Amino acid sequence: MTVQPEWPLYEIFVRGKRGLNHVHVGSLHAADDEMALRHARDVYTRRNEGVSIWAVRADLIVASSPDEKDPLFAPAGDKVYRHPTFYAIPDDVPHM
Amino acid sequence: MESHDLDLDHDSVYDGLLGGDPSQWAFGTDFEDPLAGVDTTIPAGVDGATLAAYCLMLGDDALVYAHRLSEWTSNAPDLEDDIALANIALDLLGQARLLLARAAAADAGVVPGLPEGSPVPAEDALAFFRDELAFRNVRFVEAVNGDFAVTIARLLLFATHRLALLQGLVPSVDPVLAAIAAKGVKEVTYHRDYAARWFVTLAQGTDESRRRLLAGLQTVWPTYAELFRCSDVEAVAARQAFGVDPRVLEPEVDAVVDHVLATSGLERPDLPPSGTRPLGREGQHTEAMGHLLAELQVVARAHPMGKW
Repeated sequence: MTVQPEWPLYEIFVRGKRGLNHVHVGSLHAADDEMALRHARDVYTRRNEGVSIWAVRADLIVASSPDEKDPLFAPAGDKVYRHPTFYAIPDDVPHM
Repeated sequence: MESHDLDLDHDSVYDGLLGGDPSQWAFGTDFEDPLAGVDTTIPAGVDGATLAAYCLMLGDDALVYAHRLSEWTSNAPDLEDDIALANIALDLLGQARLLLARAAAADAGVVPGLPEGSPVPAEDALAFFRDELAFRNVRFVEAVNGDFAVTIARLLLFATHRLALLQGLVPSVDPVLAAIAAKGVKEVTYHRDYAARWFVTLAQGTDESRRRLLAGLQTVWPTYAELFRCSDVEAVAARQAFGVDPRVLEPEVDAVVDHVLATSGLERPDLPPSGTRPLGREGQHTEAMGHLLAELQVVARAHPMGKW
């Protein structure tokens, strides 16, 4: 008897009712892309959370390695001048 | 979208759940009451007792089938399908609650008597304190689940039928039935889609999945015809324009089922329908029904004064 291969892993992103962007909510297994969407609907939007779903095969995501954390991100740690915090922002500019 | 909302939900989709009451986050927000603003008086020309009997039929179909589907919880082939079947069961349970409550409102005589001062609401009394003979569901929904393929075959036929039925009820002269139907159409559209996808997948999957699906189809097919048998109550309901004569649904339901069968590369089973009368609608059920009700009702019946 052969061992049944597991369904591929998908990462699920949901845009909430009042959200601007899709946010990662978790992962699931599905046989194909369409089934991944259906499963995501069943598993991650059953409490009235979402209005849109993205499903992405986990093995298609290019991710940075934790080993590279320091060379990738540490150099930005002391560059406070990259934040535009030295300007006076007028009161009527929203979302700053 | 209003601009002041744009800041919300940037970091977590669940932030949107908080609403005005942080203690309620797990229940979501912005829920809609399907009966909001609906006139609940019995319309002129509608017989209350017949309306109640009709609502019991549709409500019992949903309640009993919801219970069967809920038996898959923790037993489905995958966690994702476990939740999918539980969602479908919960949708149907929601329809059952509204329909049983409507039955009680249309004719209080259908509600079983409970001890003086019992806090059990009418819809619960109907679900948990009625005896088998008083249930009006079709036998089709009370049969044991069988394996996943039998379940998918039955769900496809049930959901296809119920979707056509609810669509037929949207113009009902009873505003409550019309509102319940409008809510249910969206739910059952997904149920049918779920079942049809799995039906085609099993049919075109492995030799084993196809063999099991064929066996499942043969298991459920003889009782399929029962869904289109017209009881006296349904005939009156259709005449008074608040209900649907199930016979008129058959061509539409058949066409959808035939389409799924064709896509699956399967033929209609060459099996005669079992029986010619809508026995379930008359309260005559199969052995499986007694066992189902025992499990469904035992806890509530042990506590007729219980508050849930």
